[in-house]
Amino acid sequence: MMYQPKIIGFLCNWCSYRGADTAGMARMKYPPNVKIIRVPCSGRISPELVLRTFREGADGVMVLGCHIGDCHYSTGNHRTAKRMPVLKKLLEYSGIEPERLHINWVSAAEGEKFTVVIKEFTEKISALPPFVETMK
Amino acid sequence: MSEKIGVYVCHCGSNIAGTVDVEGVANWAAKELAERGVVVARDYKFMCSSLGQELIEKDIKEHGLTRVVVAACSPHLHEPTFRGACARAGLNPYLFEMTNIREQDSWVTADKQEATKKAKSLVAAAVWRVAHQQPLESLFVPIDPNVLVVGGGITGIQASLEIANAGHHVYLVEREPSIGGHMAQFDKTFPTLDCSACILTPKMFDAGNHKNITLFTWSEVEKVEGYIGNFTVTIRKKARYIDEENCTGCGVCEEKCPKKVIDTVFEAGLGYRKAVYRPFPQAVPKYPVIDRPNCIFFQRGTCKACEKFCPTGAIKFDQQDEIITVKVGNIILATGYDLFDARKIPNYGYGRLPNVFTSLEFERMTNAAGPTGGKVVLRDGVTQPKSVAIVHCVGSRDKNYHKYCSSICCMQSLKFAHLVHEKTGAEVYNFYIDIRTPAKGYEEFYQRLLDEGTHFVRGKVAEITNSVRIPGEEGKLVVQVEDTLIGKQRRIPVDMVILSAALEARADAKEVAQKFGISCSADDWFIERHPKLDPVATMTDGVFIAGACQGPKDIPASVAQGAAAAARVLSIIGQGEIEIEAATAMVDETTCVGCKQCIASCPYQAIIYLEDKGKAYVQEALCKGCGTCVGTCLPKSITLKHFTDDQIVSEMIGAMQAMKSFETMEVS
Repeated sequence: MMYQPKIIGFLCNWCSYRGADTAGMARMKYPPNVKIIRVPCSGRISPELVLRTFREGADGVMVLGCHIGDCHYSTGNHRTAKRMPVLKKLLEYSGIEPERLHINWVSAAEGEKFTVVIKEFTEKISALPPFVETMK
Repeated sequence: MSEKIGVYVCHCGSNIAGTVDVEGVANWAAKELAERGVVVARDYKFMCSSLGQELIEKDIKEHGLTRVVVAACSPHLHEPTFRGACARAGLNPYLFEMTNIREQDSWVTADKQEATKKAKSLVAAAVWRVAHQQPLESLFVPIDPNVLVVGGGITGIQASLEIANAGHHVYLVEREPSIGGHMAQFDKTFPTLDCSACILTPKMFDAGNHKNITLFTWSEVEKVEGYIGNFTVTIRKKARYIDEENCTGCGVCEEKCPKKVIDTVFEAGLGYRKAVYRPFPQAVPKYPVIDRPNCIFFQRGTCKACEKFCPTGAIKFDQQDEIITVKVGNIILATGYDLFDARKIPNYGYGRLPNVFTSLEFERMTNAAGPTGGKVVLRDGVTQPKSVAIVHCVGSRDKNYHKYCSSICCMQSLKFAHLVHEKTGAEVYNFYIDIRTPAKGYEEFYQRLLDEGTHFVRGKVAEITNSVRIPGEEGKLVVQVEDTLIGKQRRIPVDMVILSAALEARADAKEVAQKFGISCSADDWFIERHPKLDPVATMTDGVFIAGACQGPKDIPASVAQGAAAAARVLSIIGQGEIEIEAATAMVDETTCVGCKQCIASCPYQAIIYLEDKGKAYVQEALCKGCGTCVGTCLPKSITLKHFTDDQIVSEMIGAMQAMKSFETMEVS
């Protein structure tokens, strides 16, 4: 059986979640592995939430927000931009491949970009062994 | 598990049911999620229909449901619908959760089995989450009946008049010295050919003299704070250097001013104005503006001719910008469009070949009040052209510039062809890709042009050049085009070329969108809440868009949108008060360590530090519910209502559990 990675995507309500809706409206196709969780702002995502998602066995986690400068809450995503790279270092330090965490900016209009981001990330994670195995 | 959860899976006709086994999802939820509290799980053709909503209401009453999950389209579309259904049945609307199995599943997943599995995972996530949701009470805030309209073109004027006539006060902000917008520059309007000024100026006058409209021209919005019903708007009223109290608008200052300036805005660069000027004689308001960078006095310290001759002493060189704050409940943006810069297509020669004109230049030229007095002449100002080429789709329907159709250029080009014909009797060639005349009376106008003998050449113009290749081209502009109807390359020599340039979003559209908290499309047009059913609202409550700032539009469509936006605003004002999101942050004082990290992270300065307690405190009225403070708080003392850690983690676990269960199924 082929391994199907389990991915959780935390998407901000205003840009990225709507970007995902835009992709849907245009009937663009992408792999079904990512399950999307809607949050008001990518800034809402604390490092613990990401870590708990890995602990639950997720093979990859995505945090998608508005482009810098476009944040619905003006600067909420600035925190994401600062916080997540630090978290990636922490993951690496803990022996978790940092590329399992993906940060990107997708606007409400960028259905195409959303599709590409999901495809690429799913491919990248599929190439890694299942997360639970790396943790054994 | 004490909660009783109802799960409703929507078919959405075949939109979802065509890809997802909706019945299977409902049955799965009833069986597999029973231990999470699911007591009812149904699938239905259209959950959003009144019958679908009644189904939920009936179950809440009969089965005593304490939580409701609907798996259907995007919550951006129907979350309010189902929250309303829950509320009607007496269930707090925040005990409802919606999961998106259309835009984010059935429409994007090719494989039916995979789509069904994804739908199950999403339903599981929602069921896990909903059990942790808390009832919240919405805040009701009164609506300030005053309205801000940004942009004084025909759209903004129409919107302002509708609202003002209904008895509410409007602040109309316009960047230029006069209201009127692009329509004031035009000569005739298609397809009726009635004179633009004749139908516009009475409306401008009404807007300028309405007791319920305050005009802020030569002004810009600097800052917008607040939310629907309660916006505080800061407006910079730029110094006109004219005392409006004393100015009578007699125009003597303009007459006496020795400095001539090329008017790149109103005259599209085709004519001159003075350094003290009104863009056009019918300007509203009637007061002129001194153009500081071009004024001799401001640059060299001497002149003051205007001051010397002003009969009422209305020139005030020491006037300062004024900062004005107004309170409004709703905002309408009608900021219009910019014309595509035809210089970006060098092979069309605009800016290099003198007798290549843009559409806006031609509008001014053919306008009786314009720089040539309405005469159609070459750049030398005297020679009448004997042949004129009109090029459609300059910068639009072109993947190198703008992919979209500018919508107005076909009709505009036909109008130009008619005017050239009428005024000069010249041969007119229209170079088009497709002729698009979809509105009332437009096709008839096209037919009229065909009858008038205008030449139509189907093909995209490759080049406009003055280099002679064959006899007969000397001193002419040559239009090189592939005539796709006869399948041949043609070189057509003409005296004058008019480029029907695309409409594009304002250069500062992004900046403006950010100021008002709305979003832009990839082409920088403002995005409406729903392309069909909510074309003038935006995702930000209380901020509406109308006219060409939303996408290229002709005058009838812009006027209709202006009026539509006004109607939306009036219906909100009529409600008197409005519900606002109850999802705000709050601090648990027992665990807060007073590190102030949250205060630094809050984009709205909504968190203050209570010196006496040494704790942070969220001012609810200022909190917008982004949750950035929650992500920052190390001791996890801040909770964002409706997006608590519990709720998000449960949602995540629900999705993970479901995905894992499918894995084990496949292995075994």
